[in-house]
Amino acid sequence: MLRWLFLVLVSVLGTAKAETLTIWHAYRGAERTALETLLDQYEQQNPGSTIESRAIPYDGFNSKLEAAVPRGHGPDLFIAAHERLGTWVPLGLVQANPNPIRDVPQTVEQALFHEGTSYGLPLAFKTLALFYNRDRIQTPPATTDDMIAIAQAERDAGRVGLAYQATEPFFHAPWMHGYNGGLFQDDTVALNRTGAVEALRFAKRLADEKLIPEEPTSALVTQLFNDGNAAMVINGPWFLGEIDPDINLGVAPLPQVSETGRAAAPYLTVEAIQVSAHTAHSEKAWALAQWLTDTDQAVYRAVEGRQSVATASAYADPRIAKDPILSAFRAQLEHTQPMETGAWMGSSWEPLARAIRRVMRGAHTPQAALDAAHQEFQVVTAPPPPPSNPWPYICLAAIALLGAVAFVVRAAWQQRSNMRDMAHAYRWIAPAAISMGVLVIVPFVVGAAVSLFAHRDGSWTFVGMTHFLDILLARDWPLTSALSFWFTLVVTVLWTASNVILHVGIGVTLAMFLRAPWLQLKGIYRVLLILPWAIPNYITALIWKGMFHRQFGAINALLDAVGIEPVSWFSQFSTAFAANLITNTWLGFPFMMVVTLGALQAIPADIEEAASIDGASGWQRFWAVTWPLLKPALLPAIVLGSIWTFNMFNIIYLVSGGEPDGGTEILISEAYRWAFTRGHRYGYAAAYAVLIFGVLLIYSKTTDRLLTRKAT
Amino acid sequence: MNRPSVTKMVLVHLGLIVTTVAVLYPVLWVVGMALRPGQAFSLDPNPIPSSITFDHFHAVLGTQTSEGEWLFGRQLFNSLLVAGITSIVGIVLATTAGYAMSRWAFPGRDAGLRVFLITQMFPGVVMAIPLYILLDEMGMLDSLVGLSLVYATTAIPFCTWNMKGYFDTIPIELEEAAWMDGADRWTIFWTIVLPLARPALVVTGLFSFMTAWNEFILAATFMNKETSFTLPVVLQSYVGDYGTEWGHFAAGAVLVSIPVMLLFFALQKHLVAGLTAGSVKG
Repeated sequence: MLRWLFLVLVSVLGTAKAETLTIWHAYRGAERTALETLLDQYEQQNPGSTIESRAIPYDGFNSKLEAAVPRGHGPDLFIAAHERLGTWVPLGLVQANPNPIRDVPQTVEQALFHEGTSYGLPLAFKTLALFYNRDRIQTPPATTDDMIAIAQAERDAGRVGLAYQATEPFFHAPWMHGYNGGLFQDDTVALNRTGAVEALRFAKRLADEKLIPEEPTSALVTQLFNDGNAAMVINGPWFLGEIDPDINLGVAPLPQVSETGRAAAPYLTVEAIQVSAHTAHSEKAWALAQWLTDTDQAVYRAVEGRQSVATASAYADPRIAKDPILSAFRAQLEHTQPMETGAWMGSSWEPLARAIRRVMRGAHTPQAALDAAHQEFQVVTAPPPPPSNPWPYICLAAIALLGAVAFVVRAAWQQRSNMRDMAHAYRWIAPAAISMGVLVIVPFVVGAAVSLFAHRDGSWTFVGMTHFLDILLARDWPLTSALSFWFTLVVTVLWTASNVILHVGIGVTLAMFLRAPWLQLKGIYRVLLILPWAIPNYITALIWKGMFHRQFGAINALLDAVGIEPVSWFSQFSTAFAANLITNTWLGFPFMMVVTLGALQAIPADIEEAASIDGASGWQRFWAVTWPLLKPALLPAIVLGSIWTFNMFNIIYLVSGGEPDGGTEILISEAYRWAFTRGHRYGYAAAYAVLIFGVLLIYSKTTDRLLTRKAT
Repeated sequence: MNRPSVTKMVLVHLGLIVTTVAVLYPVLWVVGMALRPGQAFSLDPNPIPSSITFDHFHAVLGTQTSEGEWLFGRQLFNSLLVAGITSIVGIVLATTAGYAMSRWAFPGRDAGLRVFLITQMFPGVVMAIPLYILLDEMGMLDSLVGLSLVYATTAIPFCTWNMKGYFDTIPIELEEAAWMDGADRWTIFWTIVLPLARPALVVTGLFSFMTAWNEFILAATFMNKETSFTLPVVLQSYVGDYGTEWGHFAAGAVLVSIPVMLLFFALQKHLVAGLTAGSVKG
């Protein structure tokens, strides 16, 4: 009955399936408009073919694709960066090209090959280049020596010479390749080649000479350039949309590295249109893909969508040939390093970023930092543990299941008369219990079972308890390393405890204030104070991060105004932790305040008044009378609040991002990193999740007594 | 009661004003960013923009489907529908379960309460893919109803605890009198208990509403078409691979927050009275 009802609703709300080609992309702005206009054109030129284009948020694009395609809900075509091929080919998501790719520059073509076969047709390429302010610089620098000379002059004039996100490996990569320190050479991957060390030394010199700003976030780079403050910026084509139209903009290829004579080669990402391996319309799909990459359409995308298109012949069109920006990116293309498609590529970012930040902070020499990064990289990309025999586990699970069933049946048998009397209670609770069982407990059990498997490049191996042993025995890292489970656990507990104390402390204090009978504007205060609760925390977390910026943040400006030295928030554990804590307290105290206000209402005023007649001071009265009455009402809120805080992923990820050196990472953000930024080790991540669950279970056991006490 | 000393009044006002300013500052910044021309993330310590434009609001509000339908309106409707269904399902399930747990000491009740709490400890990171497969098997993928059911189940534990806590404070004598008069359980619940529990119902509804209103990861994973996206997914789509359209994003965030703020404003009295978070009566 219920299912039937669902089916009716689904068919009402769903759409009818027609003979259409579906295409997924994550384009925005002009790129998107250009693509959609072209698709409309194609529909008109080819009567009988309908195309549905769907813009998917970039954040969920890959995981959605990986979930949907194998289950037959994916698109026929999708537009994605080529470096995901290493993951998608083994998963069987994409089709190999039926025909050779034609009319594209060689670097672009090369990028689309994975293990000797090419996949997809290239639409556009994305790479870094040098943006400069023509009011400051007449000719862009040809070498790094030129670049440094310009930057020094700008610095001496009180401005910023060069702004780029120096601590992001993607932005650091041009120097790495310019010094011949690329990750993949002679069939091996290494993060600590001599060239890479020299490149890091070079970046450190830029920082030491104050040629680049401190903590250069993307927002800061944009602002410096738009204020006319920064003469040069290293950024990609996406930056164009953020530039103030009043800036006299020039774009040029990156300079040559003076010491080596090699070009500073940024990474190259090719955006290709892929045909799903599960499409029922292969031929039509390839025809559409080919049409989109043809010269006329490429010119349109370049002119209207401002795309650096990958079709070679498009650059012969006068509109593009005369366009200084598109030509500059085209020139840069000749000196790029295509992103590797291997799954290891994604696992290199985190250790590299850590190394760059360590060096920039002055905590390590370039050599030591890269050696450490290389070691971390090797652990993360280690081959899967040997497979285990699943039978002992299956037997154990079966025994445990039987035992549990037996236990429940026995308990039910003993309580049978009681249960019969209470049959109505079960009817009342059944809807909630059933839906929780289906939609919460089943997915969790399935997810937890994943922890017994190791995942590498799309294939799964049963490894039993290996992940748990690796994690709990700290086999991969020393116990005191920021990456070890136990270290993170201590940080997480500290994080949870300090948050809860602050939330409750501030919440109760404000509630007591708001309760004063003589207070005016109570309603206004109350509404304003719960605002943090109403705004999506994703955006407020980013705003707090901006406020904690070393050079340009509002908080340091405030400290400066009262005569305190500015703090470099994310370079030390204590201050980075404090930054997270402040942000989360801002978000979390309103809940506790409202709970307290509610609980206070239940406390009869005459009890407190009696105490006040007895001459007790406000402070004494609070601790002797109010607090003991408040406590039972607050305890459950505290337990729930601490569980939520324990798993508060957004704040850690967006504010400190684990800085410094992953020290402020909590368990849930570590689990996330294992699943998504360290080579998709889903099994390892699931083991983390199960351990988080275990820790919280132990915690709730200890508070259990307080919670269910005297429940009637 | 006597009026307190002037010092105390000044201190209390000062404390409240300082906290309010600290609370408002980042909020003003979001609003400022939404009104400032350009798509850059502002780092200016002054949240008030030097020039004001409503372009971002126009752009976010004025989106259209390829058929020329008003897309933002459709997505707002989706959000309201999903949040509405979530609230209704959340209230119905949490109220019945909470009432049973408050009134009857049936075997397994304590275990049930504990299991509800335990589900709050499941890290979402492991659940998305199994949920996707499950919804697919149930034929509820890409359906707003399926999404609402998932949201409702994430909200139920808190809501059940909250409802149970509130029911515990309602004297059972009222119900016993009606029972003596021959009323059945459902009538008692419907005519006596529920009206008394209105503040808690409001909180339960609000909490379920917000769970659904702000979520985007599951919505982006389960929903396939732009016309079936909810507003947070749209908001998220202004965040790109490399760059983010901050102006649009901030404008969207303001628009998404307004209904919740209005709800808070309208319901604040009930909010205070109804949030017991499962408070236990001694």
